Amino acid sequence: MALDAGLVGRSYPPSAVYEVGREKIAEFATALGDPDPVYRDPVAARAAGHPDVIAPPTFAIVLSLGAGEVVLDDPDVSIDYSRVVHGEQKFVHHRPIRAGDRLVATASIEAVRTVASNDMLTTRVDLATEDGEPVCRTSAMLVARGGA
Amino acid sequence: MAAVVRLADVEVGTELPVQSSTVTRADLVRYAGASGDFNVIHWNERVATEVGLPGVIAHGMLTAGLAARAVTAWAGDPGALVEYSVRFSRPVVVPDDALGAEVVVAGRVAALLDDDRVRVDLTVTSGGEKVLSLARAVVQL
Repeated sequence: MALDAGLVGRSYPPSAVYEVGREKIAEFATALGDPDPVYRDPVAARAAGHPDVIAPPTFAIVLSLGAGEVVLDDPDVSIDYSRVVHGEQKFVHHRPIRAGDRLVATASIEAVRTVASNDMLTTRVDLATEDGEPVCRTSAMLVARGGA
Repeated sequence: MAAVVRLADVEVGTELPVQSSTVTRADLVRYAGASGDFNVIHWNERVATEVGLPGVIAHGMLTAGLAARAVTAWAGDPGALVEYSVRFSRPVVVPDDALGAEVVVAGRVAALLDDDRVRVDLTVTSGGEKVLSLARAVVQL
């Protein structure tokens, strides 16, 4: 079923606060096999000019993945999740995510498109501190492959 | 925050060191836990083949994360990577053996942008096939 173009621009209530922990950042860096000390050692991070350990550039996916579920749960978004693959992903960082950040994620629908029988849904998630400082904007394009 | 690579040291065509990584099933389990992406196609062969995949495949964002690592290692400061975008063009199939799949990341400076930024275009392959397309990073130098 084609997605309704009128969905573009719809936004959803902000998420609960996600507190970024040093251990979670280190776990994520280890999963990428990345030994960079700025992900683990506050002293090394400060020497590089950061207030605390920072997260790898793709860490924002941890928050945006969860925050984007609100779009897939929207009854007006008729997308067959069992046929969904991740098509594209984009991150725009205003500054690195760092340990101690208390972040709020706000999801919205950036684009919908149907090509052949494939539905494409682009969900934007804006990450900001609870005080409103913008930190990162992510866009995820999901493709629901058309059924037979 | 400052990149170690300086603007004066790069020009269009400057190449990043080639990075080669191995991805095993254990790495997929570790990434699933770290990222919170527990989609069964990344750990269950039966389900993966039922939905038409050749086998268990790596999380696209694991591959994209490995590719970003090549950029941050080159730049010298992960905070210097200010924009990053990828298109997932082909899955990385991860066999159930000790060798796993190899992901090779090559990159070159493709454009000099305003405000001391450069665009790095990445070529990411597994088994000789491109697995990401339009993989681009903007780095603040």
